[in-house]
Parts: sequence; C-alpha cells; structure tokens
Amino acid sequence: MPDRSQASLSPRPVSAGAPGTAPNMDAEQPAVEFRDIDIAYGKFVAVRDFSLSIRKGSFVTLLGPSGCGKTTILRSIAGLVDISGGQIMIDGRRVDDVPIYKRNIGLVFQSYALFPHKSVFDNVAFGLKYRNVPKPEIARRVGQALDMVRLPGSEKKLPSQLSGGQQQRIALARAIVFEPQVLLLDEPLSALDANMREEMRVEIKKIQKATGITAIFVTHDQEEALSMSDRIVVMNAGSVEQIGTPEEVYERPATAFVADFLGKANMLAGTVSRSDGQIAVTLAAGQTVHVTSPRPLAPGSKVTVVVRSQKLSVGPAAGGNRLSGRVVSTSYLGGSAIYEIDFGGKTSIRANAPINGRIVREGEIIEVGFDPSGCVLLDENGQRIS
Amino acid sequence: MKPARRKQEGRWAWRLTGFVTLCVYIFMFAPIAATVILSFNASMFGGFPMTGFSLQWYGKLMANEAVLAAFRTSLWIALVTAAATTAIGVVTSFALVRFDFPGKQALSTLVILPALVPETILGVGLLVLIKAVDQPRTLLLLVLGHILLAVPYVVLITQARMVGIRRVYEEAALSLGASRFSSFREITLPLLIPAVVAGALLAFTISFDNTSASLFWRPAGVETMPTQILSMLKISISPEINALGTVMILVTVGIPLIGGVLMQSLTKLRRRGEPKEEAK
Repeated sequence: MPDRSQASLSPRPVSAGAPGTAPNMDAEQPAVEFRDIDIAYGKFVAVRDFSLSIRKGSFVTLLGPSGCGKTTILRSIAGLVDISGGQIMIDGRRVDDVPIYKRNIGLVFQSYALFPHKSVFDNVAFGLKYRNVPKPEIARRVGQALDMVRLPGSEKKLPSQLSGGQQQRIALARAIVFEPQVLLLDEPLSALDANMREEMRVEIKKIQKATGITAIFVTHDQEEALSMSDRIVVMNAGSVEQIGTPEEVYERPATAFVADFLGKANMLAGTVSRSDGQIAVTLAAGQTVHVTSPRPLAPGSKVTVVVRSQKLSVGPAAGGNRLSGRVVSTSYLGGSAIYEIDFGGKTSIRANAPINGRIVREGEIIEVGFDPSGCVLLDENGQRIS
Repeated sequence: MKPARRKQEGRWAWRLTGFVTLCVYIFMFAPIAATVILSFNASMFGGFPMTGFSLQWYGKLMANEAVLAAFRTSLWIALVTAAATTAIGVVTSFALVRFDFPGKQALSTLVILPALVPETILGVGLLVLIKAVDQPRTLLLLVLGHILLAVPYVVLITQARMVGIRRVYEEAALSLGASRFSSFREITLPLLIPAVVAGALLAFTISFDNTSASLFWRPAGVETMPTQILSMLKISISPEINALGTVMILVTVGIPLIGGVLMQSLTKLRRRGEPKEEAK
C-alpha cells in the first residue's frame, strides 16, 4: 500500500488550501497523531495497525463502509474506546491514559445528544462551566457561538423545540465553544434529511475554516467526504486503503476497493499484450485498449483498467480508445445521462456523459471512448501500479 | 329492517358491556367504600346499618396513643425505606445497565428474586438469620427488612428508565469536561427523576402497607399501622378500625397521587418556561 506508508510518516503538504499549510509551518506539531493503533473488542480486531498524522487546522475525513473501524478510531481519540496497542498523541501529548473529560476535544454525535432537560444556553455553556470560566464570560462566549451557528437568541429554548438541523447546529456550538484542540464529528449529517444535509455540510465547513479548528469527520457518504475534506482516509475492514486529497483518492485510487467505493468506477479486467511506451491491454471481451502506465509491464501480466464513468465519452464525441457496445439501460439526469453499456456479454461499463444531440436509448449500439491517460491501472492484487 | 336490527343489537351489546364494567368496578371499590362510609357511622358496631353521621371514631383515633405511635412508626419506617431503597435502586440499575461484567445477567435476575419469594418465607428467613448471628430484633432490622422487600420493585422501575437514557448523553457530558460523577449528577440523574420519584413512592407504600413480614420483624412492643389494626381486630371489629382504615387508604393512595400530580406539573412548568415558537 504505497500511499499509506508515505502519508503516515510525515504530514505531507497535500492539504492545499487548508489553513496552516504554508511550507514554513511544516515542522509544526501535528494536531493528532496515531502511531500503530490496534483496537480489539475481545477477539474481534476492529482496527489494525492504524497510523495517521493530522496537521493543525485541517479537515480530515475517515471514509468507509459501516464496520470498517472509522467510528472506532474517532471514539479512541475521544477516549470512549480503549486502544489495545500503539499511541495517540494530541498536540504532541500522549493521551492513552488521559480520561475523556481531560482530553479537551469537541464531539458531535449523529444523534445530536443535546441534553434534553437543559436549555440551549445550558447545553452550550456546559463545557465552559467545567473549565471554570467566569459567568459573564460564559454568557458572552455562548452568545458568540450561537451567532456562529446562526441561531442567535435561542438560549432559552429546549432542544425538543428545535428542528433536527437546528439541534445539530447547537450541538456544533456546544462542541466548539470551549475551543477544543480537536473537533470530532461522528456522521453528524446522517440523521438529517437531504436538503438540510447539504446546507449543514457547507455550514460545518465554513465554521471549521473560520475557527481554524482541526476537524476529524467520519462518514460513509463519499459526496460529503469529497466536498468537505482537505484529506480523506479511505478505510476498509479495520485498515487504511488510501490517504490523500479528495482529488487524489478520486482520480488515482490506490486500490480496487477505493475505486469501487468512491463512485463505483468501471473496472475492466484484461491482460497486458504489448508494452512499449503505452501499454496495450486485451480485455476479457476481446477488445484491446491502450493506456499509459507509470512503468513498463511484462506482457501476459493481469491488470485491471479503472475508468471513471465521467471520463468516458459517448457517440460521435468518443475519442482515444474506442469500444462499441450495446446500451443496456439509460438514466436521464437532465444535463447528462448515465448509460450502462455491454460488450459481448462479458464486460459492462457505466458512462456518465453530457447529452449532445439526442439521448441514446436501450438496445442501440454506441461507441464509447476514453483517453489512454484517463485511467488507472491496478495489478492482480488490486493495488495501483505506480 | 336489517340495519335497524343491527343497531338494536349493538345497543344491547353496549348495555351489557356497561353493566359488566359497572359490576367489576363495584366489586373492586365496594369494600373500600364500605370502610370509608362506615368510618362515619354513629353506631358503636363496626357494620351496617348506618345509624347516623359522626366523626367520633376519628376523634377516638386521635386520642388513642397506641394508634398514633403506630402511625408515627410506620411513617418513619416508610420514609427511611423509601430513601434508602431509591438510592440502592438507582445505583444498582446504573451498574446493571451501564457496565458489562461477568455474571451480569445472573445478578440482574437475582436482584428481582426476593419479589418472587413469599413474604412469609422472607420474614422467617431474616428472623432465623438474625437469631443465628445472635442479634436482637430492632427497628433497624424492621427497616432493613422493608428495604429488602422494596428493592426489587424499585430496581425494576429505575432499570427500565435507565435503559431508555441513551449513553450518548453521558458521553457528551464527559467529552465536555464533566467527570463521571458530575455527568451522572447533572445528566443521568435528572433524566432518571421520574423513575426515582415513582420508585420512592412505591417503596413508601410497600413499606407502609406491609403486614405479614412486619409481624415477624418488629421489635417487642413496637406496632406498625397494619400490625396495630391486626391486634385491634383481635379484640373486636370496632368502628375505630374503619376510621383507621380510611386514614391508611388516604396515605397509601394519596401520596402516590400527589407525587404523580407534582411530577406532571413540574415537567409542564419546565416546558412552559419558554413561549413555544414554531421550529422552522
């Protein structure tokens, strides 16, 4: 796993645009650092050998299917889960033995977890109260936090009087008002309805940027991960598949799992038939495609060509490698359409192409094309060839 | 024709249902009503017919030092039992719900067990135990016995509520900097309050009403209300007993009722604390 070792060794300046990523700050302490974490529940190993370092002020997402260990890792930072091996450092301080209430982290839950018997004010003030902040100061900072989440004046309300989105914003205010070292967000958008989710996504990102707080976000939703993160950690079955910027993990998936989990890329299995400059791959259905490879490959080796559906052009516009197949299904999306195209009954491809002229209907034969450099090659173990 | 007939059948079915319901209620409440009504009877025999209205039996009760002593004893025992049992119940259910440990399932069943054992057996059992360790029968023993009787019910009540309090509330409090104790006191306990109040009221009534076990456990010369009634009955069915019974009913029904009403108005008040604005 090439990306993993690199990323875990040092905080690479991959998070372009994130606050605090200027090169001269490279020597700075990572906000959170995991060193070879193992977490086991009895015999079940939830997380294996997890290493990651997160730079200050960045927004890092742990992305993966349910049960991949992402929430477990988040809870281990908070101290809600004990690690069985390794070290967790927050701002350079080892916290394995620090109880949760002394860790100074902000936690936002999927289910909001606002105290139902306390007013909005008391909810938001809770963390300040336990930090012995004087009363007038508490009032001022609570007001500030409520302004930030755009719910000023809601101090006296009870959580039950607020909508789901409002409750989650109060929960966010409660988690950031005492300026924690890290903000942990455990699928905070999953319980909201679709419209609210999009709004909150923008809001959370805005607040994170404005406060410059280090945020760790857990989700199974690739759209959330891609749109919000400085860096994405793709996880599967307790270990890391890839760490990178949203563009990196999307455009250059390190493994077959990443390619499939993020956006269901087309995976065309084939055999290398010729290797000179460009690689010629003979697909299972018999066609030959040409792709660029970072290094020469021995003819006969098995590879998988990964092509995103958006990288495919359809019909007269098809360029580069041209394949022709039969359209099995068409989904009209307005500006574009998703075609499912079958090649000789052995391979099928999904193409997401803009509509120019007319929509191709089921049963028609069309040409599909993709650029030799518009794809990624995986070896027979599902690892990207680099 | 047909619809009319069906209508009539329906009417008869309703009348029958109403009649049966009425009978059931009369059956349930007639003894209580008889006690209450007869306590105001002027006759010196504790039964029907009524010969006139009088409060004399209540007056006599007030003058009866033995009865007053028994009432005070019962009240104190019930109060102490309620307080101790509730504390035990809250702590026990917190442990049983929030922590995982080997034998948890067995322990949670064991806690309920005394409720299933016949009271007389428990009564004799505790007595035998006390004899075995050569301790005198004291008021403390009586209180301990009542706690033993009430704990299972209180644990059942608080446990049911505790299961409903999601752990994220406590986790949120901890993450905000509250120690385990503070998060229990500020978050868990307030959310548990309805069960605490219900448990305390139940424990109070269990203790206040208890007869058979108390007969075994009470120290010599000490009477609780139920044992006092029993010993009075040995002499005669005096109308005074009806008056005493009415007082008992008032206490054991009234206290939970007041508690319930108080609880409700308290939560209402809290909700009314802020004018309701529609959530957008």
